[in-house]
Amino acid sequence: MTLVAPSPVQTSPVAPARTSSTLMGHFEAGLDAPICLTWELTYACNLSCSHCLSSSGRRDPRELTTEECKAVIDELQRMQVFYVNIGGGEPTVRSDFWELVDYATDHQVGVKFSTNGIKLTPEIAQRLAASDYVDVQISLDGATAEVNDHVRGPGSYDTAMRAMQNLADAGFRGFKISVVCTRENIPQLDEFKAIADRFDAQLRLTRLRPSGRGADVWDDLHPLPEQQRELYDWLVAHGEGVLTGDSFFHLSAFGSALPGLNLCGAGRVVCLIDPIGDVYACPFAIHDEFLAGSIREPGGFEAVWRESELFQRLREPTGGGACASCSFYDSCRGGCMAAKFFTGLPIDGPDPECVRGFGEQLLAERAEDALPKPSGDHSHRTSPPRPRGGAGPVPLTLSVRRPDAPPAHACAESPLAGFSPTTTAAGCACGTDH
Amino acid sequence: MDSIRLDATLTVHPRVSIRPEPFGALLYHFGTRQLSFLKDRVLLDAVRACDGTRTLAQALAEAAVPDAQVERYRRAVATLVHSTMLESRPANEVAA
Amino acid sequence: MSHADNRPEAPIDELVDEESLVEEVSIDGMCGVY
Ligand code: SF4
Ligand code: SF4
Repeated sequence: MTLVAPSPVQTSPVAPARTSSTLMGHFEAGLDAPICLTWELTYACNLSCSHCLSSSGRRDPRELTTEECKAVIDELQRMQVFYVNIGGGEPTVRSDFWELVDYATDHQVGVKFSTNGIKLTPEIAQRLAASDYVDVQISLDGATAEVNDHVRGPGSYDTAMRAMQNLADAGFRGFKISVVCTRENIPQLDEFKAIADRFDAQLRLTRLRPSGRGADVWDDLHPLPEQQRELYDWLVAHGEGVLTGDSFFHLSAFGSALPGLNLCGAGRVVCLIDPIGDVYACPFAIHDEFLAGSIREPGGFEAVWRESELFQRLREPTGGGACASCSFYDSCRGGCMAAKFFTGLPIDGPDPECVRGFGEQLLAERAEDALPKPSGDHSHRTSPPRPRGGAGPVPLTLSVRRPDAPPAHACAESPLAGFSPTTTAAGCACGTDH
Repeated sequence: MDSIRLDATLTVHPRVSIRPEPFGALLYHFGTRQLSFLKDRVLLDAVRACDGTRTLAQALAEAAVPDAQVERYRRAVATLVHSTMLESRPANEVAA
Repeated sequence: MSHADNRPEAPIDELVDEESLVEEVSIDGMCGVY
C-alpha cells in the first residue's frame, strides 16, 4: 500500500491553498524541530493491554543503550526540543530510567512520562514531586476495576490507584490521569473527573486508535456514534479543564472546534522515536509505511526530522481528497491518518469515525484484504496470557444512532449526502448551511 | 492584559526557553507548560531585547518596530506578559 | 488553545491586517502518548 504517495486520487476537487502566513500553514510545512516528540524507551511491559499502541510486551534486544539514549538527549537539547513524552512499553522498567530522566532535565529537556504506575513507590513519588521539569501521566482506562482491568489486565486498576495515592501523598499536584476513551468507559466520564479531582490531578482523555494491538480490538472498543456525540458534548462542557492531546479534532464537526491545534501533526510537529531508535511519523503509526529513518544512521535524529523523504512528503499540502468538499474540513481535516491507515481506509478520505457517517460507510465497503499487516509485534508470547483477537470478520456497527440523539445536521441522516468524489460544489449537497 | 505600558521594564521569565523558527519563534514555559508562537522575527527581536535593562518602548525600538506598528507589537507583548512568558518589572521597583 | 486576540472561527482573510503576532497553546495540544 502506498497510502501517502503524492496524491494518487485526482478525482476530487482540491481544497484552496491555505494562507501561508497562518500558523497552521507553518505547521503543515513542518518545523525545524518537533514540538511534541514521543520517545518510547522500551517495548518491555509488565502488562499486556489489549489496545496497546505499540504491541508491547517483550524487550527488544536491539533497544538503545544508556549511552545512545544520552546522545539522543544531547541532540534534542541542541535542537531545543523543549520536552519529550516518554512512553513504551512501560518505560520505568528500564533499569536506567531515572538516570535518563535526570539526564534529560539536567539538559533542558523536560520530561512527561506515561506509566501504568508499577514503579511509583512513595520514595519515587517524593523525588518526582521535587522536580519542576518532570510531569507524570498515569494510565487508567476504567473508573472502576472491572472496566479498567478488562482492557489493561488484572490488578492494573489497583496498581494505578496506588501510584496516584503515592503521588498525591508526596504533594505532586496536577499529575495527569490518562484515559483512552472506549465504548466501555464513555459512561464513566464523570467518575473519571471525580477521581482526578480527588487526587488533585488533571484528567486527560484521548482517542482510541486502531494502532498496534488496538487494531484487534478497535471494532469492539471504539465509541459508538452516539457515544462520540456524548463525548463531544462532555468535552465542550468541560472546556480546557480537561486535556485531550488534541486527539478528538475529528469530532469538531459536531459543532464548534475543540481547543487544540486541529491538525494531524504526523511528521510535521509530532513524531516518535521507538525503543530501537527508529523514527516514525507519529506514535500511533508504528508501521513500515510511516518509518522515516533511524537515529542510528549518520546525521542522527536531526537528519531524519529535517530530510527524510517521508516527512518531506507529509509536509506537502494535502488537498483533502474526498473530504475536500466537506464544510467541516477546516476543523476536522479528515481526521487521523493512523486511524484511516490501520482500518484500511484511504489516507486522503474521511476518518473511520467521521461524524457524518462516511467512515462507517467506507468500512462497510472495504475489501477483504484492506487491512494492513502489522509490521512489528513485541507482544508477550505466553505470560501474562492474553490472546490476541485475530483479525477475523469485522463486526460492523451500522447506523446505531439513537432516535433521540439528533444527527450532526440534517444530511447526516443520509451518510452519503454530499459525498460524491466528483462533486465540485463547495459545501454539502444537503443544501443547508452547516 | 492590555494594560502593559510602553514604559514598563520587562524580562523573559527565567523558566522560558526560546526557539527560533523560520516563521518567528516558539516560546516554551517550563512552569506553565504553555507554548507561545511568535509569528514574526521582529517580535522575536523585541522579546530578546526585553532583558530588564530597557523599557518596552526601547525594546521595540531596538527591534526596529516602525512607529505605526508599535501598538500592534505592544499588544502582542501584553499577551506574553499575560501568559507570564515575560515578566513586568516596573522601573520604580527595585530588583531583588 | 487560547487565542489571544485571534478568534479561531474568524475567516483568515478578514484578519490579514489585524492578524495577531502571538498564539498560545497548551503543550498537551498534540498527539503524543496515550
Ligand atoms: S496520525 Fe492520528 S494520532 Fe498521529 S498525529 Fe495524525 S491525527 Fe494524531
Ligand atoms: S467528511 Fe467527515 S472526516 Fe471528512 S472532513 Fe467531513 S466530517 Fe471530517
